[in-house]
Amino acid sequence: MIPVTSVRSLSEAYALLKDRPPGLRVLAGGTDFMVAVNARLGLDRIGHVLDIWRLQELRGISLRDGTLRIGALTTYAELMRSPEVLTHLPALAAVSREVGAWAIQNRGTLGGNVCNASPAGDTLPHLLAAEARFVVGGPRGERAVAAAQFFVGYRKTALGADELLQRIDIPIMPGARLVYRKVGTRKAQSVSRTIVAVRATREGGMLRDVRIGAGCVAPVPLRCRRAEAAVEEGGDVRAALEQDIRPVDDVRATAVYRSRVTGNVLLRLLESL
Amino acid sequence: MKLVVNGAERSFDVPPLKRLLDVLREDLGLTGTKEGCGEGECGACSVLVDGELLNSCLVPVCQVDGATVLTVEGVASQGELTPLQKCFLECGGAQCGICTPGMIVAAHRFLSTGKPATDENVRDAIAGNLCRCTGYAKIVEAIQLAATQAPAAAAAEGARR
Amino acid sequence: MRVLEHQGVVGRSPPRKDGADKVTGRAKYLDDLGFEGQIFGRTVRSQVPHGRIRRIVWDEAFDWSDVVRVTAADIPGENVVHLIEDDQPMLAHDLVRHREEPIALLACADREKLEEALLRVRVEIDELEPLLDPLASTRVFKSYRIEQAPEGLLQAFSSGRVVEGTYRVGHQEQMYIEPQAIAAVPRPDGGVTIYGSMQCPFYIHRALQRLLKLDDAQVAVIQVVTGGGFGGKEDYPSVLAGHAALLARKAGRPVKMVYKREEDIAATTKRHPAIMKYRTAVAEDGTLVALEAEIVMDGGAYVTLSPVVASRGVLHAAGAYRWQHARIDCRVVQTHTPPNGAFRGFGVPQTLFAVESHMERIAAELRIDPLELRRKNALRLGDVLPTGQKLVSSVSAREVLDAVAARSGYLRKRKEYAADEGARRRGIGLSLSFHGAGFTGSGEVKLKPRAGVELTARGARVLSISTDIGQGTITVFSQMAADALGLLLDDLEVAENDTSRVPDSGPTVASRTIMVVGGTITKAAQAMARILQTYVAEVHGVQAAEVSCERGIFSAQGRALAPFAAIAKRYLSERGPLTVIENYRHPPDVHFDDAAYRGDAYPCYGWAATAVEVEVDLDTYQVSLLDVVTATDVGLAIHPVLAEGQVEGGTVQALGYALLEEHVWSQGKLLNTRMQNYLIPTALDVPRMQTTLLENPYPQGPYGAKGIGELPMDGPAPAVVAAVLHATGKLVPELPLSPDRVMRAMEERASPASPVAQRRSAEHGRRP
Repeated sequence: MIPVTSVRSLSEAYALLKDRPPGLRVLAGGTDFMVAVNARLGLDRIGHVLDIWRLQELRGISLRDGTLRIGALTTYAELMRSPEVLTHLPALAAVSREVGAWAIQNRGTLGGNVCNASPAGDTLPHLLAAEARFVVGGPRGERAVAAAQFFVGYRKTALGADELLQRIDIPIMPGARLVYRKVGTRKAQSVSRTIVAVRATREGGMLRDVRIGAGCVAPVPLRCRRAEAAVEEGGDVRAALEQDIRPVDDVRATAVYRSRVTGNVLLRLLESL
Repeated sequence: MKLVVNGAERSFDVPPLKRLLDVLREDLGLTGTKEGCGEGECGACSVLVDGELLNSCLVPVCQVDGATVLTVEGVASQGELTPLQKCFLECGGAQCGICTPGMIVAAHRFLSTGKPATDENVRDAIAGNLCRCTGYAKIVEAIQLAATQAPAAAAAEGARR
Repeated sequence: MRVLEHQGVVGRSPPRKDGADKVTGRAKYLDDLGFEGQIFGRTVRSQVPHGRIRRIVWDEAFDWSDVVRVTAADIPGENVVHLIEDDQPMLAHDLVRHREEPIALLACADREKLEEALLRVRVEIDELEPLLDPLASTRVFKSYRIEQAPEGLLQAFSSGRVVEGTYRVGHQEQMYIEPQAIAAVPRPDGGVTIYGSMQCPFYIHRALQRLLKLDDAQVAVIQVVTGGGFGGKEDYPSVLAGHAALLARKAGRPVKMVYKREEDIAATTKRHPAIMKYRTAVAEDGTLVALEAEIVMDGGAYVTLSPVVASRGVLHAAGAYRWQHARIDCRVVQTHTPPNGAFRGFGVPQTLFAVESHMERIAAELRIDPLELRRKNALRLGDVLPTGQKLVSSVSAREVLDAVAARSGYLRKRKEYAADEGARRRGIGLSLSFHGAGFTGSGEVKLKPRAGVELTARGARVLSISTDIGQGTITVFSQMAADALGLLLDDLEVAENDTSRVPDSGPTVASRTIMVVGGTITKAAQAMARILQTYVAEVHGVQAAEVSCERGIFSAQGRALAPFAAIAKRYLSERGPLTVIENYRHPPDVHFDDAAYRGDAYPCYGWAATAVEVEVDLDTYQVSLLDVVTATDVGLAIHPVLAEGQVEGGTVQALGYALLEEHVWSQGKLLNTRMQNYLIPTALDVPRMQTTLLENPYPQGPYGAKGIGELPMDGPAPAVVAAVLHATGKLVPELPLSPDRVMRAMEERASPASPVAQRRSAEHGRRP
């Protein structure tokens, strides 16, 4: 039987993290973790489970100093209903409606999506495009990591072994809009084939401060920097995007499809801004 | 650990990661809730926990200790079928019936929100409940019919639980 | 068109009799049941597609003392899954011929330990080269040829317009929401009782007799409430029951085996993939002249039901049309993949996909409207099929086409949508389908199905082994017997499907349940009614001919005599039990020559047309469904709501086949074995559908009814292809129409000749 510690405060959590028990896994909403447990995948590598579901300190959404602060345990359902999110980052509420279906939305968390670091994570292109900062903490203290620096490898994050993701901070840029499109495999309960989010400010006929996040086109959720530059400079966006992305063939789609469609979607999103 | 299931307090002693689904079926003898996939895709395991729709195959019971749970067995009160259940019977919303418990719970939750029962809203509410027999046609019909029959009662019901 | 004017319940839609249990969660499926002393079973399977087993290695460091282990050596009878050819072992012992092939079985009371045990056994297999390409396989399970005036083929192809196309379909997963589940309980007499989720209890009964060397009375098979089958629980449960029974026999305790979803998807039977080459000669005015078709189906590693699937496929391969000359060849071959089996439609979704898509190709090349092309050539009463069968009753091809064209606004939308510009293009397409009801050829005659009724204290009990797997058998049989006996629906019950207690009415397959078995039950009930009428006449001193029963009351000369229940109780106490079992009587004018493969393949056909409206997103190549319209001739709807349910459910399964469902293989290994990555439609993926039932009675069918369980599966997929063709100018001849396939089709240089197609191709090429 795998030992489980259900904590009710950050200090309790930190106490366990300080010990660094081998095979420690963090359990939030369970919508990924329990799938693996049910399938008996990697069970022998789980030494101890830190259940953080009751950590009220990781909940709550607020706007402070022009920053939208979202607790890591915020569920998709809470994002969909939050007045602050609906006002300042409606695209995040909108994509939350496209995650799974009601039962998944009630339990899946933004923090979980971030920490799983799947290249197909539905909110991750948004967070990259919005230049989110992830506030992480542990017994050694707190720090913030830029989203663009957080996803360091396939399903690997910059979280230390004794750190928890606490909060996602998103700077609200007046005048900027964030638009996205998730291209799923069906109309609900679907993993994406590709997903693109773009934040930019339109000034006259040009777009500036362009930030592009894309999923399912690389081992990590990606900032498409060459494409961003091409947009701002009026260059060949599609060609630049081709340089940014490294899509593969998998059971859902081919690399060619991902490449073609990510380009189509990006161009269409840019038109809409 | 304990749960208040369908209005009754139930206690049990199980490993913390045991699925709520298995606690309901094995420890509490409530076999109405089903397992179709074990990965939160099919919704056959849908229950309400503290009023919210969840896939019980993905919920480790340690996280819901003390919570209020509604399963399909608790939807009808004192053996009297709810308008929703009667509409399912009238419209033909159940064929093989294996998805039906989850559908009933999801639909029950939808009706309690008081949202207008448009095609889109109803389908969105049951998008996490897969059915292979009906093509969803008569399930949607049944839910829409139930919405016309007792919307206020359903909302009050939902608030109470 | 309502042919019945009566007081009864046939033709109405009362709530299904098993409905209350299902909406309250009271209905008990196999995994909801516990068996005293039960332990749990799991299967050790091959991880290679083809090889020779060298040995099984049991980890010596593991405590096997409380784990029951079974291998082929433990089989007392024949190591075979008895079905048609008896080529499939229950447990592989020498050669393995597919991944996931069962080799050994484990059982334990402790489920955690059981999972651990699975990891502690290793099978050493010397790999052999697997045969994975059905086109390359020379191991033919069965082949068929149908010819119609073949001497004219050469001339037809040299003088008419020739249109050619190749169409491909892959595997499809039944994906019943309740996975396979069986429990085996050993009996004191050395026999076994099987409980489980199944369509055909007597298949299991026969299979276990051979496997365990038991006689008839030592095996009882009982169907429990079943959460969907669709063919996937036709023959596979014999495998699972064999496994559970072997473990139970060795353990001396009940063994329950319920598959996890991944195992179910990886190991059980699927729809046969097919590659179908069509070559047709057509007159300039659209008259279909000649057809040459070559169909190759992939049967997987063992024969299972392949000969019958291929048979049904080839018999429908010419579509619902008149031809002057035809030669259709169909072969089903072996590959080293898990055996394929029954899935609703059973060969017809494949061949109808080909012929209907081909009709779209013909229409595009000849620049004839596809509806007009179909109407022109659609079968009518008096027409002759390629096997020589003359259609003498209940033909509705044109009627269903017209109904669907009208209801969907087809002609108007063909024009309107052709003008769509921009990134989203709408299209509307249709298809015509038909499906033979009942077993092919002399299948029913060979089977000798029997069914009937027995008198109870309040009414009657239906006796048959036909299973309710969601389609409503319990309710429909009750309706049919109730009307024949003059009873209220509540006075009818249906006996539990227990092979030791009810007659063998045959398997629940082949769209035969209402027409063949329901018809037989109706006849038995009518015979019982006559016996009771005679009895009432004696008791009450009236003429038997004057006695009738309606709504549970016997009367004569307009005067009520007695309630049925009173008569029944009296009869039972005076004369003892009353049971009437009838043999199915095949219509005498329906003949099929199995050897020559000519004649009346089916006593009658159901007919359907489907119109599908789509929107294609040219940025993402996704196809969304806007509307789905069907018209289905069911002969007579015994229960209209249940009949609609069959149409709607089958239609959505077929839409999944068309757009979403795809198995991805690598070297004989199935890569997507989860519900997360093998996708069936959710409620958001399909729109509200418009369903119309037509009733063109089949005179030999009970109340005019004919079989319809599978027909709805045949039409929607080619209708989607037709709609996408209309929207994009591209005919995608392969299922599913995944965005990847649509993208590749859009990027092809060559396109059908229609002006719309050319314009759309040119536009598409201009995008930055």
